[in-house]
Amino acid sequence: MTHLPLDIAHLLAGGLVLVSFLMIYQNRLSALLDVFAFHAVVLSASVAWQAQLQQAPDLYITAAIALIFKAGVIPSALGRIVRNLGIHREVETVVGTGQTMLAGMGLVALSILLMMRITAGADPLAREDLAFALAVVLLGLLMMVTRRNAVSQVVGFMSLENGLILAAAGAKGMPLVVEISVAFSILIAFIVIGVFLFRIRERFDTVDIAAMDDFRGDQK
Amino acid sequence: MGLILALLVQGLQMALVIALAPLLTGLVRKVKARLTRRRGASILQPWRDILRLLRKEAVLAQNASWLFRAAPYLIFAATWVAAALVPTFATGLQFSWTADLIAIVALLGSARFYLALAGMDVGTAFGGLGASREMMIATIAEPAMLLITFSLALVAGSTQLSTIAAVMASPAVGLRVSLGMGLVALVIVALAENARIPVDNPSTHLELTMVHEAMVLEYSGRHLAMIELAAALKLLLYVSLIACVFFPWGIAGPGTGLFAHLAAVAIYLGKLALGGTALAMFETSVAKMRVFRVPDFLGIALMLGLLGTLLLFVSRGL
Amino acid sequence: MAPVDAAALLAGALLLLGPAALVLGPRRAAAIYAAAALLCALVAGLGLTALLTGATSTTVLPIGLPWLGAHLRLDPLAAVFTLLLGLGGAAASLSAIGYFRHEPAPMRVLPFFPAFLGAMLAVLIADDAFSFLMSWEVMSLLSWALVMVHHREAETRTAGFVYLMMAAFGTMALLLAFGLMAGPAGGYGFDAIRAVPRSPLVTAVILGLMLLGAGSKAGLAPLHVWLPLAHPAAPSPVSALMSAVMTKVALYAFLRVVFDLMGPAAWWASPVVILLGAATAVLGILLAMIETDIKRVLACSTIENIGVIFAAVGLAMAFRADGMPAAAALALTAALFHAFNHMAMKSLLFLGAGAVLGATGTRMLDRMGGLIHRMPVTAALMLLGVTAIAALPPLNGFASEWLVFQAVLLSPGLPQPVLQMLVPAAGGLLALAAALAAAAFVRLYGVAFLGRPRSDAAATAPEADRPTLIAMGALGALCVFAGLLPGIVLDALAPVSAQLTGANLPQQAGQPWLTLVPIAATRSTYNGLLVAIFIAISGGLVAVAVHRFASRALRRAPAWDCGFPLNDPTTQYGAGSFAQPLRRVLGAPLLGARETVLMPPPGDLSPARLTVSVGDPVWQALYAPLAQGVTRLSIWANRFQFLTIRRYLSLVFASLVLLLLGLTLWA
Repeated sequence: MTHLPLDIAHLLAGGLVLVSFLMIYQNRLSALLDVFAFHAVVLSASVAWQAQLQQAPDLYITAAIALIFKAGVIPSALGRIVRNLGIHREVETVVGTGQTMLAGMGLVALSILLMMRITAGADPLAREDLAFALAVVLLGLLMMVTRRNAVSQVVGFMSLENGLILAAAGAKGMPLVVEISVAFSILIAFIVIGVFLFRIRERFDTVDIAAMDDFRGDQK
Repeated sequence: MGLILALLVQGLQMALVIALAPLLTGLVRKVKARLTRRRGASILQPWRDILRLLRKEAVLAQNASWLFRAAPYLIFAATWVAAALVPTFATGLQFSWTADLIAIVALLGSARFYLALAGMDVGTAFGGLGASREMMIATIAEPAMLLITFSLALVAGSTQLSTIAAVMASPAVGLRVSLGMGLVALVIVALAENARIPVDNPSTHLELTMVHEAMVLEYSGRHLAMIELAAALKLLLYVSLIACVFFPWGIAGPGTGLFAHLAAVAIYLGKLALGGTALAMFETSVAKMRVFRVPDFLGIALMLGLLGTLLLFVSRGL
Repeated sequence: MAPVDAAALLAGALLLLGPAALVLGPRRAAAIYAAAALLCALVAGLGLTALLTGATSTTVLPIGLPWLGAHLRLDPLAAVFTLLLGLGGAAASLSAIGYFRHEPAPMRVLPFFPAFLGAMLAVLIADDAFSFLMSWEVMSLLSWALVMVHHREAETRTAGFVYLMMAAFGTMALLLAFGLMAGPAGGYGFDAIRAVPRSPLVTAVILGLMLLGAGSKAGLAPLHVWLPLAHPAAPSPVSALMSAVMTKVALYAFLRVVFDLMGPAAWWASPVVILLGAATAVLGILLAMIETDIKRVLACSTIENIGVIFAAVGLAMAFRADGMPAAAALALTAALFHAFNHMAMKSLLFLGAGAVLGATGTRMLDRMGGLIHRMPVTAALMLLGVTAIAALPPLNGFASEWLVFQAVLLSPGLPQPVLQMLVPAAGGLLALAAALAAAAFVRLYGVAFLGRPRSDAAATAPEADRPTLIAMGALGALCVFAGLLPGIVLDALAPVSAQLTGANLPQQAGQPWLTLVPIAATRSTYNGLLVAIFIAISGGLVAVAVHRFASRALRRAPAWDCGFPLNDPTTQYGAGSFAQPLRRVLGAPLLGARETVLMPPPGDLSPARLTVSVGDPVWQALYAPLAQGVTRLSIWANRFQFLTIRRYLSLVFASLVLLLLGLTLWA
């Protein structure tokens, strides 16, 4: 069973892509946050497995960060915000689940094709990881584009960051600096956006960003 | 000797699926009842119902045509033949090469085609409603099924179920995220095809939500018995299919002896019981969807099938 | 006499039957159609023998261009389509004997009908560009004349206009393609064309032109818009010929050029064809799901089947370009088999639709219903047809679709990642099309033949005439035969795949139990015969056992319908309501289907209204602007009609000077 380690890495990275799709499918905020937490759990498992494979103990720290912050603290905090705002039951009108998923499928195919072309000859594990990571990043972007609610855009942004971490973990010998900076940027983004949410809510009584268009003045 | 055993196995399989199918339905109902703290009827109850229906007089609508009377037997026969070709406890079925996975799915498609036609025969609003919705569900479930078949064929290099089962049981397959996706997709397709919650509710007569029941509304007596039996067979077929493809352990190979076959039957019964219980638990824990949510739900299966295929190319491309 | 001479003779006889009909007049119509049917049967026999012997014969007739003559050739590829033409033509001619008895203007059909058949045969046996294009144009014009039979209906005139435009456009594309192939040397014989080497770019351009020229005649998206207009407008036997046979002649032209004449295409040309085919299939069948005119439904389903065939042809191109001849042979055989099956099924269905139209006087599904009681034989044969075309085992539609899927499943062997990923997606689209076809034909059959009659005409419809029933029965038998014994058909197609791809499927006749084994027994097998026997035995045994041992009592009573009394037949599901779920799920995103409900205010007793608007997106995006442009151009050009003599003369003078100037500068 020599290919079992590789298989598990494949399973975890592929699972991350799958959970990204689940996030696209979810149009209820509270369920979306749950799925996001699960996303982070899969990410941390994947990174931990990479740490074990590559004999790189520092990656365990990354895994722990992912597990504690992204699977624990941030979703619960966001969950509280959502409950405070009273929008946890809100059903978002997404741009048609079917179309979004089809677009996502195209993005996955694109990232696989791209990575298979430009990383020919690289370590198979890293290749696969990079392909999946690019897919996760693109899916995160897709989610930010297709959602109207600010909270789900935040979630999309963070799942995008998860993809970056997956890529970083897949590349051998990546120093810890990057992970910390990535984690930091997420934290900052989270805080900033969290504050923003309250601001928006106070002023316009909604977090639907379509409502902000009315105040731009250059339209209409 | 080998041929006799193979014929015996095939015959046993045909008898077994028909004997077990209503029992599986009964088991699902029983577990569901227990989970909602009711006692529930005996798991023999579906069999009793079918026998009772068989003895009753059939009441036919005045303008029902010959198609309406012939359809139940046709539907039952197509489903039975399909169920007899799925390896349940042994892969060495004498006639398993008659149809591969695609053809088995298409046979079920034939059964559904005639059921939908029969639903429209009397000219009632409900029959048309059921037929129209059933065809919509099938329209999305079938491509999903083909994509699942595609990823299985990529792994096993075959669409023959016995070959797929043999390959999946071998250690060469390993862990594949695509197979996991295939499993989830197949479960979704199975739920939709068998009119289970959350797609359809098999025990409802709430008019606006029913699909399968609306089509068979005008049937009674022996005709209804045939259709009920076919529905039970279809459920058994899908559980067996999932067991055979994704949990192929304990299936007797073509060359093994009598004892191995007996053991395989026992294991198969265990798999059925597990599958039925899992279905009952799932059905108890979710709510039925609006009809126009169903395409989204089936879209997941479609997406998983395609994604599984795409991901398989990654691991193959290495 | 060599087969090709016989074919030329038959084509000539059919072509001459047209003028002969003019002389003999409408009173001999039955004899003329019978003669056409007989000649077509001979054509079919000729095609079959030429196919089975696998021989190629050529001849040169001293007509056409004086320095070239008319080169004719009957090779396996031409033979298989000759067989198709013969079978479809014979059935349509037979049905025409009965159908045109009630035709108010018989002389608008009679001369054109046999000549149309002859022109199609001439296309198939032509072996030089001139006679090919000539026959092609004659075929187009004759079919146009047949579309215009009921020219007093505005709908028909629109259809005829659009068809004429598309036919002219298609011929122009073909003309350019052959011009490119002939090259600067100008060798118009197919032998000369084969011998010329071409750069990949030229090949790609030729392929593109063939997609336009042959694709427009076959109904490939986005050039399909004329087909749902023109095919239904023609009388039903002609619709059957156009849908079942003429689209195949277009397929023949495509195969002839792409696989035989133009030389190997690069692999990147194939995904275009595969995607076009798969998209055509889905678009066509989705339109069929929504149309409410029975003949339009059938015409749209033709678009779907053409899409399936072209997707398989594209696969064959991909496999051939990548040096996988066995896989290419499988895909190509699947395409040809499906073409054969579609000929049989679609002829059957169009003849049945003609019978229904003759009996009820309407093509609208929503005015039919319950015809299974009034037209039992037609209904039984149509049931066979819809089961076959919905790709359900054990009939022939499934056998060929199954082969197409087997070819799709071979795509992982292709070296290009793009194709590897695209082909499964296309396979998913084809599966979607197959599932939609089942839904569309449940709707067609359920609304037209089952349920209760929705109009007086439907309630009193008479059974179809005997020739039509015989033709339908023969076609139905063909469907059953090809479904239960597909191996025999595949073996007969072997010379064609050998000619075009250089490889063959495994010999099917030697397989145990006549099982279909496209690649290897461990990989995939299907046995339609055994499936049919098993279903018949188990269904029959159970029926007998139930009647013998359980209960055979039967009582007729009013329908239950959850206690709702059956009175008004309009409470049944009609064509529009049956399509509603799929229209909402797939029609809204793909066709821009919209539903608007007009609800009167409370207290107002006027009825609520549901309006459904569906359009072909291709029409709005591509054709509407084009048509506007053409109209504007013609208005502008119209001014030249009202000039003075002096101006006309100055125009002539100016062009003369320009031409002379050009001649001077050229040298």
